[in-house]
Amino acid sequence: MQDNKAKYQKMVEKSSPNTNLILNCLNAFWTGGLICVIGQFITNSFLNLGCDIDIARTITSVILIFIGILLTGLGVYDEIGKIAGAGSVVPITGFANSVAAPALEFKKEGFIFGVGAKMFIIAGPVIVYSTLTSVIVGIFYYLSK
Amino acid sequence: MSKHFGRQSVRFENPVYIITTASTVGPKEGEGPLAEFFDIILPDSLCGEDSWEKAESKIVKDTFGKALSKSKLSQENIDYIISGDLLNQNSGSTFAIRDMDIPFFGIFGACSTMGEGMSLGALLIDGGFANNILVGASSHFCASEKQFRFPLELGTQRTPTSTWTVTGQGSAILSNNTNEKCPRITAITTGKIIDMGITDANNMGAAMAPAAFDTLNAHFSDLSLNPDYYDLIITGDLGYVGHDLVLKMFSEKNMDLSKNYSDCGILIFDKDKQDTNSGGSGCACSAVTFAGYLYKKLKDEQLNKLLFVPTGALMSPTSAQQGETIPGIAHAIAIENI
Repeated sequence: MQDNKAKYQKMVEKSSPNTNLILNCLNAFWTGGLICVIGQFITNSFLNLGCDIDIARTITSVILIFIGILLTGLGVYDEIGKIAGAGSVVPITGFANSVAAPALEFKKEGFIFGVGAKMFIIAGPVIVYSTLTSVIVGIFYYLSK
Repeated sequence: MSKHFGRQSVRFENPVYIITTASTVGPKEGEGPLAEFFDIILPDSLCGEDSWEKAESKIVKDTFGKALSKSKLSQENIDYIISGDLLNQNSGSTFAIRDMDIPFFGIFGACSTMGEGMSLGALLIDGGFANNILVGASSHFCASEKQFRFPLELGTQRTPTSTWTVTGQGSAILSNNTNEKCPRITAITTGKIIDMGITDANNMGAAMAPAAFDTLNAHFSDLSLNPDYYDLIITGDLGYVGHDLVLKMFSEKNMDLSKNYSDCGILIFDKDKQDTNSGGSGCACSAVTFAGYLYKKLKDEQLNKLLFVPTGALMSPTSAQQGETIPGIAHAIAIENI
């Protein structure tokens, strides 16, 4: 039986078309890059208005998050994601999308058990493990000083 | 004489007619190659309701209603409803028929539900336990995505092996009596759970293909038939990947099915124009393809011997997260113009 399973697995690999890695990488590169360029444009604009660099960066994040959520609500972000892949997942707009999409989807189950409970089903692990990682990095930083 | 043949098959002695069918599909299926064969094409996926789940129940209710009106039978004439879907606790079906005064068997066979329902219905009728049975299976793309995958608006990419859950419901009325010429269910082969160790929930065709292969083999050997006995052998929702795997498994046994074997998941969408990757899936995939397209071909006698083999991947979101492999099943229904 194990032999059969291994043999079948090989057969499946041969029959299953692969994703086009090069095309996907290229699309992720230009779309992700474009989002970053937009972010940089917003930051520079605020710097030109005389804002402090930290303030300019914070405002940029807020604006990009807003755009990400707005495009999710309008049903556009998932269409972008089809082409962009990681290009629209990795930037902060993708993070906004990953929170807004479940919030929209589970609205019908109410604000407590729907929106409230399900909002972070995708972003939750990212938050948990990025916090954990930052703690570990913090400890190393403390010890290295 | 026993009606049971071999390990898995039954040949019916008493006539089990499929006296009518009805089908409802969503807007995307309504733009697909089989659009002209469906009774109702919904203008939008919500169907006037405020959630996907309620929409699915509405589709089930309306399609059952359509089947009854087409058959000119009233609710009192129906002895049982046998129905199932993909929603948790079969709520798509049960909520739909709350107002119907008909005894109900709720079944779950994942995407093979239509096959399971037709098998059980045919057994009941041949056994003399019922005169008329309403069988149906439904699925809804948005409700399935919500339950099994990701929220709809999440910007993710689908893999080339993934399939697209069909929105809709297919119904059929089985009866021991008819005034006009109707196709008959002549035999069934009930599938076993087959698990060849596939874990990729984005490649369900590969998970289910061994089950289809196993059931087809059992059907041919139990009933001493060759594949070319049938005008068409059609699986439920293996899509391009699973279809290809079934052909390869048979060719290893030196059997060529390429002439008369197809898959509902391949027929229902135009994969190039509709971006559906490996094809259609879901309970409704085989149910609406049968109730719409295949039944019409049988009635018009363009098909006279059909082997309809709905396939199911019996995983749950929990089993997938726990790293379980995906068990598959397939039920074969022989439908013939006699």
